[in-house]
Amino acid sequence: MAKDTTGEAFVQFDRVQKSYDGETLVVKDLNLEMPRGEFLTMLGPSGSGKTTCLMMLAGFETATHGDILLDGVSINNIPPHKRGIGMVFQNYALFPHMTIAENLSFPLEVRKMGKSDREEKVKRALDMVEMGAFGGRRPAQLSGGQQQRIALARALVFEPELVLMDEPLGALDKQLREKMQFEITNLAHRLGITVVYVTHDQTEALTMSDRVAVFDDGRIQQLAKPDQLYEEPENSFVAQFIGENNTMEGTVKEIKDGLAMVELEGGEVIACKPVNVSKPGERTRVSIRPERVEYNKDRIRDNAQKLKAEVLEFIYMGDIFRTRLRVAGNDEFIVKTRNAPDQMRLKPGEQIEIGWLPEDCRALDA
Amino acid sequence: MSASTNTEPMLSADGKPLKQSLARALRRQKIRALLLIAPLLIFIFIAFILPIISMLFRSVENDIVATTLPQTVAALETWDSSTGELPDEAVYAAFASDIQKAAKAKVHTKVGLRLNYEQSGIASLFKKTARKAKKWDMETDGPFKEKLIDVHKGWGKIETWQTLKVHSSNYTSGYFLNAIDMRKTADGPEFQPENKQILLTLFGRTLIMSLIITGSCLLFGYPVAWLLANLPMRQANLLMILVLLPFWTSLLVRTSAWKVMLQQQGVINDVLVNLGLVSDGARLVMINNEIGTIVAMTHILLPFMILPMYSVMQTIPPSYVRAAKSLGATNTTAFWRVYFPQSVPGIGAGSILVFILAIGYYITPEIVGGTKGVFISNRIAYHILRSLNWGLAAALGTILLVAVLILYWTYDKIVGIDNVKLGG
Repeated sequence: MAKDTTGEAFVQFDRVQKSYDGETLVVKDLNLEMPRGEFLTMLGPSGSGKTTCLMMLAGFETATHGDILLDGVSINNIPPHKRGIGMVFQNYALFPHMTIAENLSFPLEVRKMGKSDREEKVKRALDMVEMGAFGGRRPAQLSGGQQQRIALARALVFEPELVLMDEPLGALDKQLREKMQFEITNLAHRLGITVVYVTHDQTEALTMSDRVAVFDDGRIQQLAKPDQLYEEPENSFVAQFIGENNTMEGTVKEIKDGLAMVELEGGEVIACKPVNVSKPGERTRVSIRPERVEYNKDRIRDNAQKLKAEVLEFIYMGDIFRTRLRVAGNDEFIVKTRNAPDQMRLKPGEQIEIGWLPEDCRALDA
Repeated sequence: MSASTNTEPMLSADGKPLKQSLARALRRQKIRALLLIAPLLIFIFIAFILPIISMLFRSVENDIVATTLPQTVAALETWDSSTGELPDEAVYAAFASDIQKAAKAKVHTKVGLRLNYEQSGIASLFKKTARKAKKWDMETDGPFKEKLIDVHKGWGKIETWQTLKVHSSNYTSGYFLNAIDMRKTADGPEFQPENKQILLTLFGRTLIMSLIITGSCLLFGYPVAWLLANLPMRQANLLMILVLLPFWTSLLVRTSAWKVMLQQQGVINDVLVNLGLVSDGARLVMINNEIGTIVAMTHILLPFMILPMYSVMQTIPPSYVRAAKSLGATNTTAFWRVYFPQSVPGIGAGSILVFILAIGYYITPEIVGGTKGVFISNRIAYHILRSLNWGLAAALGTILLVAVLILYWTYDKIVGIDNVKLGG
């Protein structure tokens, strides 16, 4: 990663707000700083404001309040075509009446570049996405994945420093999507460009990004590296939104030695890591990842939090087993275990004991 | 799978060729579908296709001379009109007999009228002759050559007999020649005298004015269609109502309204005079001429241009223009290089629609066109309603139809009819 060493932000949102109708805010007080060369993903459910943020950065929407700075300069009043930001659209937006080569040549033509330079750059861009032989075709003659590559090449051909991508892989099938995820990150790091990537697919966000900004309700709920985001969600929205999670509601009894004792609905008291709770009596939602729970006696550590459970369902999924349990009155408690030679295979109705490490169980906001 | 590698035709499970089985399976569906639309097809055939065919047929049909004057036509076969001599007595006798029968059956005026289209004066010639011929005795009253010339000196002129001979065949190209300002003579087709040439001018004027109307519809309609496709839903709906409003008003009312607006004592002239832009003595002449027709027809046909363009523009995602801008294009470049080319199918559809409607328009030119602003369709109507020369009307109509089809074909060759979208 070619992180900027000066520490100055390349892209900066400074207290940005956006309203379409003057009554509700779609983006509420957005603050974000991105160093040069970073691959940042805006992740969130639809209507969370992530696409609006991207459009403000591209210049297609104006911020109602606040500043957007690019390389230290406010770009609020710069029209989109002067911003020099590359963009890949959701449906690629390849011009259907032009050939692939003409599509790629377009940004160079409007920059009044000479013909030979243009041809040279178009050729290089096509080779970069391994589509060298397709210059003479029309977009409609290409498959979805090929169109995706062309859209990428077109956004990069005029060598922008910042590239925006608006759910670029949404229309592809799973296999192709995974391949393209890899290619895009590879290309971005190789060229050292800064990328803002919008998606609602969390796997995409986790696998591709240097940092992920989780959007909900017009705010960034958490901005962190993928592993941090997954393992240390700061609130229950992030915990629920990223990956699968078991949640149980309860009340904090006491906090001591860096652990919160939480009394669950069923009366059980468990030890959790306090994240959004600070004093006894507070309502909380505890969350624990399915893969951090063990039911094999040999694997449960001594210091683990142990609870009784009843097996409701045992699903064999090949690489993992997915077990649905009833734990503390919760029928939807999921445990995922690796399919290892020494792993137990459970039957519905079995009474077992499960355990997890207290620091894996996070007491979040209710 | 083994069958597909074989060169033999694919067989279905019972051993019959797959294509045959498929055809049988689909036949029942096809028959049912056909039965469902049969009433419509029959209606269209009886009420639309048949009348058109019969009307087109009238443009070449010419059996009236041969059926009314059969002996004369037979006798004229041997006469060579180029010798410059009148036909012999046998022809005159045959004609006398024919005209007597025709007079008794009261069909002589029809033949007279038919031939009058070709040579004026023949109608009265036939009337007069028939009146006299009724009293003749075919056995005793001959020879008829002097007798007929005596009745009307027209029978002593070679032209009369030439006209009769030229137009005696069952089918004629005469109407089509008339339709392009020519006429059929014994020496082959020749142009009408200059004072009778109006139809070619009318065809030309119809074409040129239709093009001007299509062009101005495009000019006015394009921005409106763009607004319709790009405004927020509520404003777009309001605008759509304004566009469709003319459809809910009678064509006659709208055309008459233009009469009120455009006439010399009308609203526009009054305003201009009051503003001092035009002096009272030099009020603009905007009605009963080309301007009147162009203004009124542009207004009336505008929705037909806007709607197809709108439906095409609606399918152009805003992301194309955004993409163009993000790639560095200014608004103008983005429009001309990216948006406009994609709206061309709509322009094509709208233009074809407006042009074809305009080229056959009748009511509006009739009301506001005066003499300088009328179209070929007004002439067709004249021949259908007033002069009753249906053959010529049919020929004019056929030419108009063929002209439109040729234009349509040319358009298909140049732009491609697949590129025309009326919606979706």
